[in-house]
Amino acid sequence: MAKLLDKQRYKCALGAMQTVQAITRAIPVLHSGPGCAQKLSDSTGSSGYFSPNIFPCTSINEKDVVFGGTKKLETTIENALKVIDADLYVVLTGCIPEIVGDDTGEVVSRFADADKPVIYASTAGFKGNNYKGHEQVIDAIIEQYLEKSDEKEKGLVNIWADVPYQDLFWLGNIRELEKLLAEIGLKPNTIFGYNRGIDNINKIPKAEFNLLVSPWVSIGNMKKMERKLGIPYLHYPTLPIGAYETSKFLREVGKFAGVDEAKVEAVINEHENYYYYLIERYADLFLENRVINKQFTVVADAQYALGITKFLANDLGLVPAKQFVVDDTPKQFREAISEEFKKLNFNLEAEVVFETDGYKIHNQIKEHDYHGYPLILGSYYEKELTESLKGNYLNISWPVQDKVVLDDFYVGYTGGIRLIEDIYSVAVQRWN
Amino acid sequence: MAVNLESSNVATRENRIGSITGYIGSLSDLANQSECGTLKGCSRCFSQSSTCLSSCALGQLSAIRDVAIIHHGPSGCSVASAGAYYLDKVMAKKRGVANNTVYVGTDMNEQDTIFGSTEDLRKIILEVNKRYSPKAIFVTSSCATGIIGEDIDSVVDDVKEEIDVPVVAVHCEGFKSRIWATGFDISDHAVLSSIVQPPKQKRNTINFKNFYESARPEIIEIFKNFDLEPIFLYCNSTVEELSHISESLATTCICGTLGNYLGNALEEKYGVPYVRSINQCGIVGFETWLREIGKVTGRSDKVEKYIEEQRAIYIPQIEEIKKELKGLRAVIGMGPGYTFEVSRVLNELGIEVVWALAWHYDKKYENGDVPPSMKYLLDNEIDFEASVADQQNFEVMNILHKYQPDLYLSRHPGSTVWAIKNGTPAVYVADEYMIFGYKHTLEFARTILDTIRNRSFEQNLAKRVKLPYTEWWYKQDVGTFLEEVGK
Repeated sequence: MAKLLDKQRYKCALGAMQTVQAITRAIPVLHSGPGCAQKLSDSTGSSGYFSPNIFPCTSINEKDVVFGGTKKLETTIENALKVIDADLYVVLTGCIPEIVGDDTGEVVSRFADADKPVIYASTAGFKGNNYKGHEQVIDAIIEQYLEKSDEKEKGLVNIWADVPYQDLFWLGNIRELEKLLAEIGLKPNTIFGYNRGIDNINKIPKAEFNLLVSPWVSIGNMKKMERKLGIPYLHYPTLPIGAYETSKFLREVGKFAGVDEAKVEAVINEHENYYYYLIERYADLFLENRVINKQFTVVADAQYALGITKFLANDLGLVPAKQFVVDDTPKQFREAISEEFKKLNFNLEAEVVFETDGYKIHNQIKEHDYHGYPLILGSYYEKELTESLKGNYLNISWPVQDKVVLDDFYVGYTGGIRLIEDIYSVAVQRWN
Repeated sequence: MAVNLESSNVATRENRIGSITGYIGSLSDLANQSECGTLKGCSRCFSQSSTCLSSCALGQLSAIRDVAIIHHGPSGCSVASAGAYYLDKVMAKKRGVANNTVYVGTDMNEQDTIFGSTEDLRKIILEVNKRYSPKAIFVTSSCATGIIGEDIDSVVDDVKEEIDVPVVAVHCEGFKSRIWATGFDISDHAVLSSIVQPPKQKRNTINFKNFYESARPEIIEIFKNFDLEPIFLYCNSTVEELSHISESLATTCICGTLGNYLGNALEEKYGVPYVRSINQCGIVGFETWLREIGKVTGRSDKVEKYIEEQRAIYIPQIEEIKKELKGLRAVIGMGPGYTFEVSRVLNELGIEVVWALAWHYDKKYENGDVPPSMKYLLDNEIDFEASVADQQNFEVMNILHKYQPDLYLSRHPGSTVWAIKNGTPAVYVADEYMIFGYKHTLEFARTILDTIRNRSFEQNLAKRVKLPYTEWWYKQDVGTFLEEVGK
């Protein structure tokens, strides 16, 4: 049902073109209107080997709406294979072909014998948002490209996390997750970002298990891989930020993978020592500044709302006010996510609201008593609001205008330190 | 042209003024063929993504202060609201004003495509009005609502009784036109039909259609010399200001593609003269434009005096820098409102245009004439290879690869980066005032010089990156994928 989307924080399913773009040398081929790619792109690392303005597109016109656009789709795919040097061609459908009933699957099947793989995903804008579109692309890879492997590679783990580009820190985060797993002796495999791509996709079936680090995105993909490829999965719902959660994460992954406990503890110990060496040196700043109070609010997708809430509560001893999850989390996952917000140290529980209407979110923030200046971590929409409340503001979720991120990250021990640096860089600019 | 403000629909540029997006040949051939009516645009059997007309239409409308845009469609259509929010905030801050414009979506889902959602839309319009009390409400369609036949006009008519500010339906189906500039016409049409009032008194004002008013303080100063006050449209405009634009002495614009519809409509409906000269880029452009303003507003003496003073300051400096630019070869790719204007400036500066791409081409302006910028080039026997391509980057790269020019100039995001990956220095002519008048023409010339003097960035990057196009493509003709319309 149509609803008032006030201060929107996600894109439509076709936004999954960015998921494809994050796979090096994979190109989206859009069966859509001429301007969808331009609308759905941001200037956040978009001029890579491929950029949105070179994505092949059928650029559907009025005639195609009436007579169908399958012929144009065929010539577009055929010539994309000739003109563009890619490893994987992913046809994505927009609203128009899905309403007028173009059989995209049939057209794509004509390219089964092409030199390069051509697959397709149904990503019409009205089918859901770009979190859903992301899952559709991964499903397409599983269903149309991957085959079950009898051969398994010892220690090989596929890591899956949240949505590239929608998540400002996607590149740095996934690299850091890889590093952490490698340190406890596992062999991480991911498909996104520099030096990853079709070879990594080909390795997926050989993994011993899938590791999903996300509150809900891709749970369906994990189940699909379990069924089709026989790969079990570990679902770790919290993005581990800072020492407390990252150590917990490593223990759980180590246990699932059967890694020697002593080895895991040694890795944790080394990281925590350095982490607390840094924290000790800056503890005076945290305690003795005059602008950061205890109460905070995160306005972000489930991933950051949960990850940052746990970090600020469990590592820095701050107290969660209301938290807002803005990614239109499917209803079936909401209860489990709300439960996670209740698992905080000292029996603290955070109240979480699933809300996509920014007006209502802002009203609730205005109504809350933060016992002083609020600390708000959210999207660019929260900037002016936080200023009006004389609060401290950090832009961590989409849309982002206040920060340029090339490969910075918030995950892990180092990521926690980076987030602290960002928060206190805001604080030190003020004096009360 | 005949403007029909009774209908909420605007005919596309293709249907109204014979605009095309596919052509390869030369400037003179393009002009000759359009004059004798033989020009037929081509379509492509392979194309890369371009731009949605709704971005142009709603980008314009959402820049108006304190209005509401309600984009009825899936969340991808209204995603531009995030950018509009940011722009409205920073542009207002720059001017020292407040802008509380809201741009919302309706997050249409699959069920809505089957059963329709006009009742929800009605509630959303009323709720937005209640929350923000906007000064005007624009309710816009999308591809999805257009195809399922959602009757937005009726919903708008229905809520008008309950809302005491203008509420207007804006038809923005992206598939309607390959020419995103049709979106500019759509926004003008919405403003004209819902906000602009018939004149009550003449004012000393000039309507100045532009994008982001970056040269606002400077133009205000220039116009003081002529006892004229510019009203910049639509960025930071208020609904009250817009209601009076029929009272101005004239309408002018920084980009013919942008201002064409509004200028002609104000002239036709309310007798406000539309300044149809070449634009303000470069020396000849600036002077021709100023003289035309002088003529239509009866201020020729003051204009001549200003030109004389300014020439004394800037012409010697421009002449000096021309010596260093002489002999450079350039390829340019821009909207037609700029391609043929910037070609003229490059010619003035002694830079040879080897190929000019226009993202579309209007055979004629609303009044039936060949665009003035084009006429100027032909009258002065300036000719070069030219093509029309709606930002088809693979065609641009093919041209750059073959011609290896010293310079590529472009006006649209995402295009200059490809030139530098090819190792070609590029100047991003994004600011519409980058070549405005004597002062900025001089700065523009200096920027070109700075760009070609230090090619480190281009060379470093080009050395390390692989281009995404195949060898096969570089061996093909630029027009390989063009086919006659109707095939």
